Amino acid sequence: MAEIRIDHVWKTFGKVVAVKDVTLTVEDREFVILLGPSGCGKTTLLRCISGLEQVDRGTIFIGGRNVTNLPPRRRGIAMVFQSYAVFPHMTVFDNIAFGLRMKKLPKPEIERRVRDAAALMHIEELLDRYPAQLSGGQRQRVAVARAIAVQSEVLLMDEPLSNLDALLRLEMRAELKRLFTELETTVVYVTHDQVEAMSMGDRIAVMRDGEILQFDTPVRVYDYPADRFIGGFIGNPPMNFLMAEVTDGRVLVHGTAVEVPAPVRSRLQAGPVLVGIRAENIELSPEQDEGAIPARVLVVEPLGSHNLVTASVEADMVKVTTPADMRLRPDQAVWLRFVPEKVRWFDAESGRALPVDYEAVEAAGHVG
Amino acid sequence: MIRKTQWEPYLLLLPSLFYLLFFFGWPMIQAFSLALRGEDGGWTLAYVQRMINDTYFREALITTVALIVAILPIQFLVALAMALVVHARPKGAGLFLYFYAVPLAISDLAAGIVWFAIFTQRGYLNTILQAIGLIEKPIIFLNYQKPLWVIMAIVAAEVWRATAIIMVILVAGLQSIPNDYLEAAEIFGAGLFERITQIILPLLKPSLQVALILRTILAFQAFAVVVALAGQGATVLAKEAYKWYTDIRNPNVAAAYAGLIMVLSIATTIVYLRALRTPEEVTA
Amino acid sequence: MKHWPWSRIVLHAVALLLLLWVVLPIYLIALAAFSPRDVVYQYPKPLVPTQFSLETMLFFMRSSGVLDSVRRSVIVALLTLVVSMAVGAPAGYALARYIFPGRDTFRIAIVSTRAFPIVILSIPLAVSFINLGLYDSTISVALMHTALALPFTILVTSSVFASVPVDLEEAAMTLGCSRLGAFWRISLPLTLPGLAAAAIFTFVLSWNEVFAAAILTLRNRTLPAHVLSVLNESPLPFRFAGGFFLLVPALIFMLFIRRYLFNLWGRVVR
Repeated sequence: MAEIRIDHVWKTFGKVVAVKDVTLTVEDREFVILLGPSGCGKTTLLRCISGLEQVDRGTIFIGGRNVTNLPPRRRGIAMVFQSYAVFPHMTVFDNIAFGLRMKKLPKPEIERRVRDAAALMHIEELLDRYPAQLSGGQRQRVAVARAIAVQSEVLLMDEPLSNLDALLRLEMRAELKRLFTELETTVVYVTHDQVEAMSMGDRIAVMRDGEILQFDTPVRVYDYPADRFIGGFIGNPPMNFLMAEVTDGRVLVHGTAVEVPAPVRSRLQAGPVLVGIRAENIELSPEQDEGAIPARVLVVEPLGSHNLVTASVEADMVKVTTPADMRLRPDQAVWLRFVPEKVRWFDAESGRALPVDYEAVEAAGHVG
Repeated sequence: MIRKTQWEPYLLLLPSLFYLLFFFGWPMIQAFSLALRGEDGGWTLAYVQRMINDTYFREALITTVALIVAILPIQFLVALAMALVVHARPKGAGLFLYFYAVPLAISDLAAGIVWFAIFTQRGYLNTILQAIGLIEKPIIFLNYQKPLWVIMAIVAAEVWRATAIIMVILVAGLQSIPNDYLEAAEIFGAGLFERITQIILPLLKPSLQVALILRTILAFQAFAVVVALAGQGATVLAKEAYKWYTDIRNPNVAAAYAGLIMVLSIATTIVYLRALRTPEEVTA
Repeated sequence: MKHWPWSRIVLHAVALLLLLWVVLPIYLIALAAFSPRDVVYQYPKPLVPTQFSLETMLFFMRSSGVLDSVRRSVIVALLTLVVSMAVGAPAGYALARYIFPGRDTFRIAIVSTRAFPIVILSIPLAVSFINLGLYDSTISVALMHTALALPFTILVTSSVFASVPVDLEEAAMTLGCSRLGAFWRISLPLTLPGLAAAAIFTFVLSWNEVFAAAILTLRNRTLPAHVLSVLNESPLPFRFAGGFFLLVPALIFMLFIRRYLFNLWGRVVR
């Protein structure tokens, strides 16, 4: 059992608050992603878990054990570094065996475990080589093999794929995901790449400015962003945001009334509100459509399976996906209709999501 | 960077700090105390007076400064030539770099003796000059009645020995200049001379400044080369300090000389730093 | 043969000319040192080796006080090497691996001592050593030379340690090493060549130093101090052989440390 419990942890460097009162529980055998832009504190949080950084305040439990003041070697963790940190003066075999030798395991056991780990990462034939003779991708595999060989219950990974080229990254992503399902370890994985986060994690903790903004499954983070920032950070293209005005129970987007499901209506107050909608949830029509929002095509980007259209609604820019066979040209007048139950509502000032039960909205959506 | 258990780095620095306090800070204070305090413990300028009124003081000061003025420009030109040559990667660049740098590890005494072998009356310079028919009989170069020749010999020895350090600093500086700049300049029509004066030299300014300070400070301490080449013929400040300490056995006047060298060194460093202030965009 | 453009030919000509400038004097002193005594006094001198002889070198080695001073020079240089590495390397490590208040101040202080005539301090030190009963001993010279070498040692070891990514030590720590263990197993093996180069250079620094050695000793001279004190009364063979003998370690040590030239000097000055 290796659940990780982080309780009100603070970490500052001089005047910079890197981790700000973070509380987070990673379940046993769960794959959790720490996601955020650079400088959001995700790596610092990971290093606090590893013990490479001492927290200023708060407590960290691993497997129910308070490890806050323990050095890394007593925490029962293994870690993969962004730079791989493969020891240049040791062969691949010695690198993978390093942690096992520290544990003073018997020789045959070390031999067996090194071979197993190497086999898992498909680097058996590299065991006698030195890191200088390896490619970046191979070094990456050595770093992962070294971490899994010690069979710790917690595995920490700091942007392990960010130094690989695009193709290799895609390959390793799938391989790592398969590996961790097999190994049944608890994994905390730091990345700034939202695609990586979406495709790999059981749950994603989205961070900004040292705080966790949302901690949920990838689908829910994508569908129900807790904050305007998350909607803009996750998904490609990012979520569209438009300012709207609530008057007399009606919502006007640049003068056009949009349909509002009943459960949402009760949450809205008169005044400005921020409307968020994903590109795939907007219906675009080249013909005049009563009650739809008039817009103008700016750019059409054919992406093969579909087209990505950038349209302007007054001063706002909106990204819409359209079928690949729909022919549009720049400057053409079009009409946009938002799928009502897919519209997300945010406080115009703070950007936080309004407390709407979207699952109820979607369940009722087709009726309403 | 790891960890900020705050006492660890200080613990690691402590030995050096104490060592430098004992063998650097304290002797420095002691030097001024020796030079400026009388036997009764009161302040006095007597030793400084004695230093200034000494027959050799003027000559020592003038020779020291003259050597710096004569040596530094030649050293910088030779070092720049060496650095540019190494940087241009001739065939066997590593070998050239090694031999250009060898004098780094040669002591001033050894250098003095080497050039003594060249300049002495029965030495190699006269041999060569006579062999190519420029002279009929050997010239006496190292004669205290011909100070100009003695100075020239010292200049040659110092240029030979102490150019290497400047060269290494300049090569390191050159390596930090991205090749793109030079290629861009070439595309826009700059020839070799323009590339050196318009791109390389301005970007080398920080390196030049460091080398200049380092070399000048070391030149104020010139000692063994002068002893080896000039004998009693010429004198410099450090040689006077040595003489007052060992031959005349007056540590106070010797300390006055030491203090003078220190003050001159610090003053020059400050002047250099001010005169050659590097604008931000160059260091960035 | 490949055709070389003019610029390449000029480059190589200049390179060879500069090489000659450095190498010729070394060749000449070696020539003199390995000539028999009568050739040393001869004029005009032969410019190519005519007869190889150890006579001149042996005359130097057998002169009174030379062997003793060589032994002392080696002891002083070794002491300097050990003490300056033992005192300086930890400071270099601290500068390379920790961020702490006062770090920049310390670094600047160390760098600025290089712009300082340190050997001159041997004069007040000599007075103190007389009072302490340390005067005219190998230890006193070694202490002075350590002060001379220490700023250099600190800056060089710091740059050597900084060349090993901190990630490597951290990785070792997550794999079961203590902080000290990580240093011992990872950083030390990786920095050993660089540290050795720094140590060798410290040795050369001490071997070459003459002013402080001459001030701080009277009878127990190091080799340069001994040669200096008798130089102007010595016959030519003694001078030539002595000059060459002083020069030899420089040539050998530079061979060992040439790969670290820029670690030793290039980076230190920044």
